[in-house]
Amino acid sequence: MKKMSTGNQAVALAVKESDVEVVAAYPITPQTEVVETIASMVEKNTMKCAYIRVESEHSALAACIGASASGARAFTATSSHGLLYMHEMIHWAAGARLPIVMANINRAVGPAWNIWAEHTDALSQRDTGWMQFYAATVQEVYDTVLMSYKLAEKVYLPAMVNLDGFILSHSIQPLDITDTGDFIPPIDMPHALNTDDPVTYGNLTTPADYYKFRHMIHTAMQRADKEARSIEKEFAERFGRQYGPVMEYRTDDAEIVILGMGTLARETEVAVDLLRKEGIKAGSIRIRQFRPFPKLDLDGKKVIVFDRDYSFGAGGILAQEIRMRNDVPIYNVIAGLGGQDVSYNTIADIVRKSKDEGEFWLGVD
Amino acid sequence: MLDDIPEEEYLYKGNTACAGCTAMLALRYILKAAGPNSMIVNPACCSTVCQGPYPKSAYGVPVLNIAFAAAAATADGIASAERNKGKNIIVFAGDGGTVDIGIQALSGAIERNANILYVCYDNEAYSNTGMQKSGSTPKGAITTTTPTGRKDSKKDIDFIVMAHRPVYMATASSAYPKDIYKKVQKALSIEGTKFIHIHCPCPSGWRYPTERSIELGKMAVKTGMWFLYEYEDGKIKLNPPTVAALKKPAPIDDYIKSQGRFKGANIDAIRSEVEEGIARIKEMV
Ligand code: SF4
Repeated sequence: MKKMSTGNQAVALAVKESDVEVVAAYPITPQTEVVETIASMVEKNTMKCAYIRVESEHSALAACIGASASGARAFTATSSHGLLYMHEMIHWAAGARLPIVMANINRAVGPAWNIWAEHTDALSQRDTGWMQFYAATVQEVYDTVLMSYKLAEKVYLPAMVNLDGFILSHSIQPLDITDTGDFIPPIDMPHALNTDDPVTYGNLTTPADYYKFRHMIHTAMQRADKEARSIEKEFAERFGRQYGPVMEYRTDDAEIVILGMGTLARETEVAVDLLRKEGIKAGSIRIRQFRPFPKLDLDGKKVIVFDRDYSFGAGGILAQEIRMRNDVPIYNVIAGLGGQDVSYNTIADIVRKSKDEGEFWLGVD
Repeated sequence: MLDDIPEEEYLYKGNTACAGCTAMLALRYILKAAGPNSMIVNPACCSTVCQGPYPKSAYGVPVLNIAFAAAAATADGIASAERNKGKNIIVFAGDGGTVDIGIQALSGAIERNANILYVCYDNEAYSNTGMQKSGSTPKGAITTTTPTGRKDSKKDIDFIVMAHRPVYMATASSAYPKDIYKKVQKALSIEGTKFIHIHCPCPSGWRYPTERSIELGKMAVKTGMWFLYEYEDGKIKLNPPTVAALKKPAPIDDYIKSQGRFKGANIDAIRSEVEEGIARIKEMV
């Protein structure tokens, strides 16, 4: 069935389609529409799940952790300060190997108060053991939530689905909400709390065992990279929509590649068309899967990385991730912070004037 | 006296609590009352350590250990999942995790009437980290962060909880295990959020010989330093021996003098604090 939907509504509809048993959430702009849509479906009985109206984001994820640890499929949604307030439990969920899926509506972090898009909120959770995906269309939001549940429950790692605040969360686009049938199998967690087989989780553990547990998270991440590919393949075969860890656009013969995440990296595709008309051989790579981080082939190309985020004292976070794995010079563009508008014209202009290497702040430099 | 309490043990020998720990005594009776169809949620506290290190466990029911501030919400998450209906979901948290850092999650859970039993075992300090002041530390008590004795008054979590109008709330003492057993059984028969606050003398932190744990627990009740009561339908009902203690409280002197934590404390100041407490609870009855 096709309908018009916002990014936020697509999250809620995908959660419904995934047969989630427990939703616990606290509202925050621009995520509110997610929890409102779920609340409305639950109260109108079109969605069957327990909906816990918690008193904070810390408790939202704590409740999801309780539900998930007992073997139930759980969901929460947040944004910005809500995500940061969850931070302790973010670590806990991954450390406890719980396949929770959360939607994070990317938003800047205060001060000053700013409710618009930025990726620093999610990227500051980079080292917690959560898988991270960045969507760029309403359909992709929906599809990524579905695939995330399947993946999370295969590798026992939580997954965060990111969408840009307002730019995507409040954009209305066509959405196909085809019944996914048995695409997501019923959850069956071997380490669920079980009164017939009482064990303790998370109590005191010596360095030797703790070390092993950490390493197991690492190998699960590596496994997730492979599992994600086969889930994407199955998804494409069943529903006709193809996704990958990166979404490439006109890169085959490209001499310049523009990298980014989320909606900004969709805008670069339009910029690429513009630049191609001028004879500039540009292509675009949108990083969809940030954790586990994908392999990129950038050798011999001029690389321009757009970061809607920043690590103070270091540089754009995405650029750093790429530098760590690829021995290439990078022209790092910091753009879109706090919801700064970045149009394809602006992107094309930056590319035209770009140097081989260096850092450029849009609106400042 | 305890012959109608089941012999089954769900708290095993060899747990790693200090000798004379009354928190473990309380847990032993809680688990006897709750039985094997139960799950425990455990925030950071002595009880986390008392389970013993992985891969062993001294607790005979499943335990989910969780971050300090998260216990009540985590328990609500378990209780809300359809698959866990009919199971006893019990939080076992210290006073730090209840009165201080966990109070927000507890408040939210009671407001939502989450179907959980929240037990606070109160040893009147952060004993797991080596005896620092908690919101529950009584006036005059020495802790490592109040080295000359606490100057201000403790936070009264029971009145805070009662202001939420929970379906059931009770105080108890580890020195009266049959009372704990009865209250836990009653609490678990009621749907909604139940809160039981158990006074638990701690030999390591209070600095008294281990064999005096029960004696000190009883003294606290008889002097009016601790009350035993239940709150239901908006009313407080005192339980024995608090009924008698409030008519004629035993002098606090022996109780204070037998603990190293009150060394050098102003007994008159503590006495007037106790008298105030007695007057307040009498007004409520
Ligand atoms: S410090 Fe006190 S409460 Fe903690 S285990 Fe030892 S005796 Fe029990």
